[in-house]
Amino acid sequence: MLSIRDLHAQIGVRKILKGVNLEVKPGEVHAIMGPNGSGKSTLASVLAGRAGYEVTKGTAHYLGDDLLALEPEERARRGVFLAFQYPVEIPGVNNAYLLKAALNAVRKQRGLQELDAFEFLALIKDKMKLMQMDESFLSRGVNEGFSGGEKKRNEILQMAVLEPKLALLDETDSGLDIDALRVVATGVNSLRSPERAIVMITHYQRLLDYIEPDFVHVLSDGRILRTGDKSLALELEKRGYDWVKQEASAA
Amino acid sequence: MASTPTDLDALVAQKYQHGFVTDVESDTLPPGLDEDVVRVISRIKREPQFMLDWRLRALRHWQTMANPDWAHLRIAPIDYQSISYYSAPRAKTDGPKSLDEVDPKLLATYEKLGVPLHERARLAGVAVDAVFDSVSVATTFKEKLARAGVIFCSFSDAVRNHPDLIEQYLGSVVPYADNYFAALNSAVFSDGSFVYVPQGVRCPMELSTYFRINAANTGQFERTLIIADEGSHVSYLEGCTAPMRDENQLHAAVVELVALRDASIKYSTVQNWYPGDENGVGGIYNFVTKRGECRGANSRISWTQVETGSAITWKYPSCVLSGDNSVGEFYSVALANHYQQADTGTKMIHIGRNTRSTIVAKGISAGRGQNTYRGLVKILPSAEGARNFTQCDSLLMGDKCGAHTFPYMEIKNPTAVVEHEATTSKIADDQLFYSRSRGVSEEDAVNMIVNGFCKVVFKELPMEFAVEAQNLLAVSLEGSVG
Ligand SMILES: Nc1ncnc2c1ncn2[C@@H]1O[C@H](COP(=O)(O)OP(=O)(O)O)[C@@H](O)[C@H]1O
Ligand SMILES: [Mg+2]
Repeated sequence: MLSIRDLHAQIGVRKILKGVNLEVKPGEVHAIMGPNGSGKSTLASVLAGRAGYEVTKGTAHYLGDDLLALEPEERARRGVFLAFQYPVEIPGVNNAYLLKAALNAVRKQRGLQELDAFEFLALIKDKMKLMQMDESFLSRGVNEGFSGGEKKRNEILQMAVLEPKLALLDETDSGLDIDALRVVATGVNSLRSPERAIVMITHYQRLLDYIEPDFVHVLSDGRILRTGDKSLALELEKRGYDWVKQEASAA
Repeated sequence: MASTPTDLDALVAQKYQHGFVTDVESDTLPPGLDEDVVRVISRIKREPQFMLDWRLRALRHWQTMANPDWAHLRIAPIDYQSISYYSAPRAKTDGPKSLDEVDPKLLATYEKLGVPLHERARLAGVAVDAVFDSVSVATTFKEKLARAGVIFCSFSDAVRNHPDLIEQYLGSVVPYADNYFAALNSAVFSDGSFVYVPQGVRCPMELSTYFRINAANTGQFERTLIIADEGSHVSYLEGCTAPMRDENQLHAAVVELVALRDASIKYSTVQNWYPGDENGVGGIYNFVTKRGECRGANSRISWTQVETGSAITWKYPSCVLSGDNSVGEFYSVALANHYQQADTGTKMIHIGRNTRSTIVAKGISAGRGQNTYRGLVKILPSAEGARNFTQCDSLLMGDKCGAHTFPYMEIKNPTAVVEHEATTSKIADDQLFYSRSRGVSEEDAVNMIVNGFCKVVFKELPMEFAVEAQNLLAVSLEGSVG
């Protein structure tokens, strides 16, 4: 589904990704862990198509197509979804309005009929219950005045509505208390399916207690240094990242 | 006559150069402005003596004044002696005869705006009677108003049929000596609208110039006077809601509103005069004086404006709050794209006790557009307990445009409570990317974000107008990103 080969990316002259390789197949859940500043958000941003990054080397293919050649909205319509580490506020734009526009853009791409307001509301109400969000969030401005936890829940709500094929979650767990974490994890787990792949970026093992990954990768200084199963996350929790770096440089 | 116009701008330019004098020679005065010109205008309109005297006083005063230069605008010098000050409405033969003859590009824009078909025809200058029965629409409308006792007619008709009301109220809010353009307008105004709502009457419908089709070509010096008698209510829509690619260069209008005790007037404008092309060539100079007086206690005047057109806009719809407990409101969206310049805002003059005013101004700058908010909140010693809330927000798109804010305050009564909030933001790349990463196209994302920014103002507009205003913003912003 997603195939990243030797990906190099930089902002200005600053090199951030220095040869990332990653294969993600449908149905898999991957966790990417790593120290602050190692390039995790950069990787997610490059995959989603944020401007300002220059890919100097390597490729990323999604369902066989050159992902990096597509406009961000085109990627989204084809089923790539990024849950932002820092979701932005868009004052005055209804949360529901954006979500409906997004859903209809995706449905159009999939050859489905656009939903009218009533059909949309019916669909979204269930998803909001799942995310334990009050319906008043629909009529508020996008993320406007939301708390940190509410913003993250809103991201997963969007994901639940848009039903992407490839979901990239950038530190969706950070800033959440334990109850909110459980809600978010329930939301994500409800979306696990054999057709869908999920890539979670996280600092903490605790998210992985709720959402069990098939693979755990360690990204450090722009490279994936080590890949393992969920036991690797436990080991990282205990021993930190330094030993991974040392073993990698010794090799 | 333009038989097969292919390019609208060419058509406009062509009309400007030739159409004015040659086509309808007998009804057009040669360029230039002096007392004789004013006398001729007044005579053609068969005006009473008081009207001519007033025009002449205005002209003499204007001749002593200098073009103002205090606004944040770059204005090429205007040669007032090269303008013709009277031209009868264009004969129907000089416009396109049917929609088939109208530039398809223009029609496509109207369609995008959702302008009804007959309205499109009118805006494109088609002889309307030929396409639909304008007479019957106007008639049903007139009957309904007459039953309520509301007077709604052209200014010229009002001067002839209701001279007492005109004499009593004309210039009572905007005196002819008020400013350069008001003086000019007072001397030479061609026509406009007049509204009188009698005591205790709620006007049974929104009044709009659209229904008074005969006034569509009132030209560059219009004058509007609205009087809401005690306890009455009226909502007036002034609309050029589609690109009325007017050939005129200078548009100097005056609007006066008078609200007596317990009366309220809501005045909504969607202005989209020709803004000039993307290189700043051509376009309308929109120099307008709009002012309302809350003359009686508990009265209310509310201005809502969406200004997307014109090369230069110079406009400060204001409220004089004389009556105790009276309320003034100003809600504004002003957009400056390409080389457009907008200098707009309001004045709230608090005179009566417990008077309240609210100002919400949203400025959008794109391309090389320059947007200025200029506002004055003046609280006189008599205005015990006055309150004002002002909010000015600017949105910048790109880095070649500008936003400027000049909020003035003069507070002469210590009990006044005045609040001011101002923000300037760039249309954030983050917001754009966020929307696009959800599948929304860049253009739709820009429109969505801009509309979100303007929402508090749009919600003051009557429903149909709000939709048109949104569409208008979208059309005006086309091509401003990417
Ligand atoms: N806009 C930027 N300009 C310059 N450096 C940046 C920018 N954004 C991120 N970086 C740098 O790139 C590196 C990787 O950042 P990021 O991908 O956000 O890391 P992570 O998500 O793993 O914490 C960091 O050193 C960060 O400071
Ligand atoms: Mg990060």
